[in-house]
Amino acid sequence: MIKVEGLTKRYARNIAVKNISFEVGKGEIVGFLGKNGAGKTTTMRVLTCFLPPTSGKANVAGFDVVEQSLEVKKHIGYLPETPPLYPEMEVADYLSFVAKLKGIPSGEIGRRVDEVCERTSIGGVKKTIIGKLSKGYRQRVGIAQAIIHNPPVLILDEPTSGLDPEQQREARTLIASLSGDHTIILSTHILSEVEQSCSSVIIINNGEIVAVDSVANLHHRGRANEIISVEVVGASPVSVRQRLEQVPGVARVVSRDARDGAAAFDVEALENTFVRPHLARAIVESGWDLTELKVVGESLEEIFLELTRSEKTEGELVAAQ
Amino acid sequence: MRNILTICGKELRAYFASPIAYLLIAFFGLIFGFFFYSATAYFVNAGLRQSMMGGGGQPMSVNEYVIAPLLGNASVVGLFLIPLISMRLFAEEKRTGTIELLLTSPVRDWEIILGKWLGAMVMYICVLAISMANIALLFAWGQPDWRPILTGYLGLILQGGCVLAIGAFISTTTRNQIIAGGATFAICLLLWVLSWVSSYNDAGWAQAVAYCSILTHFEPFSKGIIDTKDIVFYLSAIFLGLFLTSRSLESLRWRA
Repeated sequence: MIKVEGLTKRYARNIAVKNISFEVGKGEIVGFLGKNGAGKTTTMRVLTCFLPPTSGKANVAGFDVVEQSLEVKKHIGYLPETPPLYPEMEVADYLSFVAKLKGIPSGEIGRRVDEVCERTSIGGVKKTIIGKLSKGYRQRVGIAQAIIHNPPVLILDEPTSGLDPEQQREARTLIASLSGDHTIILSTHILSEVEQSCSSVIIINNGEIVAVDSVANLHHRGRANEIISVEVVGASPVSVRQRLEQVPGVARVVSRDARDGAAAFDVEALENTFVRPHLARAIVESGWDLTELKVVGESLEEIFLELTRSEKTEGELVAAQ
Repeated sequence: MRNILTICGKELRAYFASPIAYLLIAFFGLIFGFFFYSATAYFVNAGLRQSMMGGGGQPMSVNEYVIAPLLGNASVVGLFLIPLISMRLFAEEKRTGTIELLLTSPVRDWEIILGKWLGAMVMYICVLAISMANIALLFAWGQPDWRPILTGYLGLILQGGCVLAIGAFISTTTRNQIIAGGATFAICLLLWVLSWVSSYNDAGWAQAVAYCSILTHFEPFSKGIIDTKDIVFYLSAIFLGLFLTSRSLESLRWRA
């Protein structure tokens, strides 16, 4: 659905995006992850035909962003970082204005406006002036405006930024509900968001792609050994530690801070061993209470930091957002 | 065409949703009303004096003594009001980011520009329309010739269109409305005073400079004369302004 090849965007003083290539298939939700200034917004602006690329090709829904920009624009719904709202307009008026701009026939506009209002749950504020809406509602109107012409491709630039946790959750649910019909690229610097709503991730740093992978694969990246967090009640930490170290397949035991009366450890297993049942049995057979036993994966956060740290070469490039 | 009208309608709504439209109409009505009062008062006075002197000679023409100077004043007042109409056209959209919506919608740049310019034109015509109330009074108590009035308004509209086109261009160059308005005002003022050059200098270059003044070209209209040269001047100025706007809008994309 989206194909980017060797895309470079150079501004007067810096290069925002350097020779990036990636592909997004139909129906996928891709998280575009990077620090502020990494080149996310620039890439999105090129895809939406707002900015022309300096070199390289980008293809959306089968159309080239430079040669066939009008066609690309018809097939894309775009929510910029700040929702493009006219504060003096009523929500319904604004949506019908956008619908007209996107070329929806006059007869269908009313129906489409009702549909997107229902989908984004803004039916109750249809007659409200946009300037009086809360931030969460504005973001929803922004999303409604992006999907009003039912585009096959949706590009959302930081759709949850500036929302409170409750609103963020709602926005994520809304985005996830759109995934069936649309191919979605959403940019963010919030990692948990990617874990929750995206099928794959593109990590971008200093204008270059450092990783393209599915969320599941990224989790397994970086570390081969399993780490298990164990918490035991009813024994001294020293004796628990000694017992755990004797369990076959355990490579290392590191103690952790724990609440009163409990002993907690991170147990690192040897490669390709299945150590959890042995740990449990060892603790229970010693007469202690096992209160926690779980696998600790490497968080996406750590992977992200690792990837973006190791790629800092070729001088400092500060890309304009 | 549909896109142009869509954008034009949105612009108009934006003007009338804010106090700016009503303020402009009120101020213009007030100023024009004052000019109207002074012009008619002077006319009545002069008329009385003429009849007391024996009433000889031609009767004074309402068109010549009231309407022509009135429309001339209106065109100068217009130069002051138009920057207030044009300043927000693009500067506001750039500041709030809504320009991204327009530029990523399946609409051509020239459709956006024409739509916005037309919206501003209709706004300007609404402001002008309030002056019709005063002109109507002349028709109620006198017999002015309607033709010079019509050409006068045509001249006002053409002149307004040309300043609005220049203002639209200036508005694309900044995201600050005050700067856009101020710069447009400065240019309007300059285009006005250029006509003064010819009054103290007969050289060819001075004539050429005076020719560039938008007011020089307005005068014939207020007297009921439609000269192709003036129409061509205004139309080419409008075209130039809108052309520069489209170049500037395009450069937004390249320079980002």
